[in-house]
Amino acid sequence: MTFEEIRKRAQAQWETLEKGLHILVGAATCGRAAGALDVIDAFKFQLSRQSIDVPIIQVGCIGLCYAEPLVIISKPESLRIVYHNITPDLVSRLVEGYIIGDDPCLELALGTLETDGRKSPYIPELSRFEHELRLILRHCGYIDPENINHYIANGGYGGLEKALRMEPEEIIEEVKKSGLRGRGGAGFHTGLKWELCHKAEGTTKYVVCNADEGDPGAFMDRIILESNPQEVIEGMIIAGYAVGAQKGYIYVRAEYPLAIERVRNALSQGQEIGILGDDILNSGFGFHIEIAEGAGAFISGEATALVAAIEGRRSEPRVRPPRLTEVGLWGCPTLLNNVKTFSYIPLIIGGDGGRGTDGFASIGTEKSKGTAVFTLAGKVRYPGLTEVPMGTTLRRIIYDIAGGMSNERQFKGVQIGGPSGGFIPESLIDIPIDFDSLREAGSMMGSGGMIFMDEDDCAVDTARFFLDFTAKESCGKCTMCRMGTLQLLSILEDISTGKARIEDLELLQQLSEDIKKGSLCGLGRSAPNPLLTTMRYFGNEYRAHILEKRCPALVCSDLIAYYILPDKCDRACEHCVLICPTKAIKGEKGEVKVIDQEKCSKCGTCREVCPPEYHAVIKISPISKLPTASNQKKVATEGGQ
Amino acid sequence: MKEKGEGPSPEQISTILEKHRGKRNGLIPILLEIQKEFGYLPKEVMKKVAEFLGMKPIDVWGVVTFFNQFRLIPLGRNHVKVCMGTACHLAGGRLVLEALERELSIKVGETSGDGHFSLERVACIGCCMLAPVTVIKDKIYPKMSPFKVEESLIPYRQEG
Repeated sequence: MTFEEIRKRAQAQWETLEKGLHILVGAATCGRAAGALDVIDAFKFQLSRQSIDVPIIQVGCIGLCYAEPLVIISKPESLRIVYHNITPDLVSRLVEGYIIGDDPCLELALGTLETDGRKSPYIPELSRFEHELRLILRHCGYIDPENINHYIANGGYGGLEKALRMEPEEIIEEVKKSGLRGRGGAGFHTGLKWELCHKAEGTTKYVVCNADEGDPGAFMDRIILESNPQEVIEGMIIAGYAVGAQKGYIYVRAEYPLAIERVRNALSQGQEIGILGDDILNSGFGFHIEIAEGAGAFISGEATALVAAIEGRRSEPRVRPPRLTEVGLWGCPTLLNNVKTFSYIPLIIGGDGGRGTDGFASIGTEKSKGTAVFTLAGKVRYPGLTEVPMGTTLRRIIYDIAGGMSNERQFKGVQIGGPSGGFIPESLIDIPIDFDSLREAGSMMGSGGMIFMDEDDCAVDTARFFLDFTAKESCGKCTMCRMGTLQLLSILEDISTGKARIEDLELLQQLSEDIKKGSLCGLGRSAPNPLLTTMRYFGNEYRAHILEKRCPALVCSDLIAYYILPDKCDRACEHCVLICPTKAIKGEKGEVKVIDQEKCSKCGTCREVCPPEYHAVIKISPISKLPTASNQKKVATEGGQ
Repeated sequence: MKEKGEGPSPEQISTILEKHRGKRNGLIPILLEIQKEFGYLPKEVMKKVAEFLGMKPIDVWGVVTFFNQFRLIPLGRNHVKVCMGTACHLAGGRLVLEALERELSIKVGETSGDGHFSLERVACIGCCMLAPVTVIKDKIYPKMSPFKVEESLIPYRQEG
């Protein structure tokens, strides 16, 4: 079949779907965790009860994680309506209301994808969407990730078809002109990397896609693979043609079983219609892609370590040069790019959506072109996934896209790029986010995972969390990284338990510099970043821990105590006494309840169960501020009278 | 995945190994497949894999102990995973983990003596908006707290 025939067939299938009533349910891992599969079952049940047949399509994620499970009902000659937080018991309402009847159930809707002046908000005009620019996420959540025809009908594989009519050098020139930089974090110029691999000597070459998204708190690669895997595959095939490779590997971490399943399905559909195989679209160019499942190691995200893992060895990085583009997988020249980097390629080469090379280069800042994808998590109102032009300010991302902080708390800072990245404090809220400005601030783009923190989050505890992670994940090859991160962690533990000396701050600083210098790969070189940035921006918190044995955010459990305010305790209520897992709370019915500090495990359950009208349990730091035992008893006796 | 830690038979191992004959990147896929089937990697099996690939057993051991996915002991019938990603940490994941250790009377990384429960910490399962998250037997429990731990375990305590 020619590509034109493939495209026509795909378009026909897509149009048939669009012409009829159909339901899209967001069923990526995040949607499923929120209960999407139960919602689908409820739809199937209700529809069969009403004896109507409506296609239900499991789509990926549109990035509004807070609104999951998300359902889009598309009705011909009427509005497409997006419903949010749908539970199985709301399904009958939707079926009877909008599928059978004419009631759009706007009270359950997030908005509509078209507008007719009705009350429900028009989604593209919601603040979030006005500031977003979706290039690689544009189809996520709207097409069936398990049906290649949906992708093709929406412009997919047009880039490949065009690329196969170009010379490899021309393609590389276009990628260079676009200004695309690698989205794995370091920001190396993609076109340059392709050129190096293209020029490398050797007849056997490989293309590798890095989908080992190991940063805890980043999930965009997973969402792209679960929502639109064909986009990544198309980018890889074009790359294979441009550099002269015959085989590609997608290295996906084993923690993403659904992503693996969808990529596997996408590859076999590609084979079937001749977009992958020995003679792609009758061009004479052959390319095959295989999945390599990761086995769980953060370090495998490092390029040379990833190659070692595919070869079946311990995932340890090696000295560069030689670059992978010269000596890579099994000693052959290898092009390794991130999921997102490959996703941009069809758009740049194919010009789909009027973007093309110049269109892409016109977006973003002088040195960082195009868009950036961020995951938004932590203490914001609307966590999820977003794609914005490079250079968008942090303020815009927090307040216009993520909806501001949740619970009306004060924004403290954002951790960008996971264990390799750093902390950006509130004072830098107006910096434009791109590769270079983040580096200047001591952070880095890294994975693009953003974790927002408020005044209840402790800077020391956060640094300790990341160091604990890197110390565990260090491969052990370099002494400075292996032992140094452990030493940093040990000092941080001293600080958070009140055992540190003020000189330790100097030691942390020095040791951090040494680890950066003495480590071979990015893991070690960036491991001190979370520590260094928190010390730089929140030095007073470190000093409070050390000098006053006080945790200002009331997080570090060795420096806080729980206390029941005698004048607020209801006395008749026994919630805390009954629930305390260590039986640390004493007090008969009618008496003020008192916490035995010796027995208290500081789990906070008493605070959680204390009815909001009393709100009697508080946290105190430093512990020395706690009223003494005799005091407490006295207060209790007095209170009981 | 088999729930009990029964050792695989030599025939079962050969079947898996044969599927991978001639493939260049064999080791990790073979180990993953064996583990998917039997829940963990017994020592004798690792030796067989080494022999099949013409590797030294110590190199297989090196790979197995390097990656987090591989397990040297069988899982419990009810495997509990606590997410300790950044968002879950901030939302109190550590307190949930401590509560689970207390409730199950095992430490993280252990399997209970009767093989009923095992407890593991995982880096991030990518559902940050539901933090803190616990996974029991593949069912996701969102927005956990120490208070909810006891209740969430009830259905798993009752069975067999």
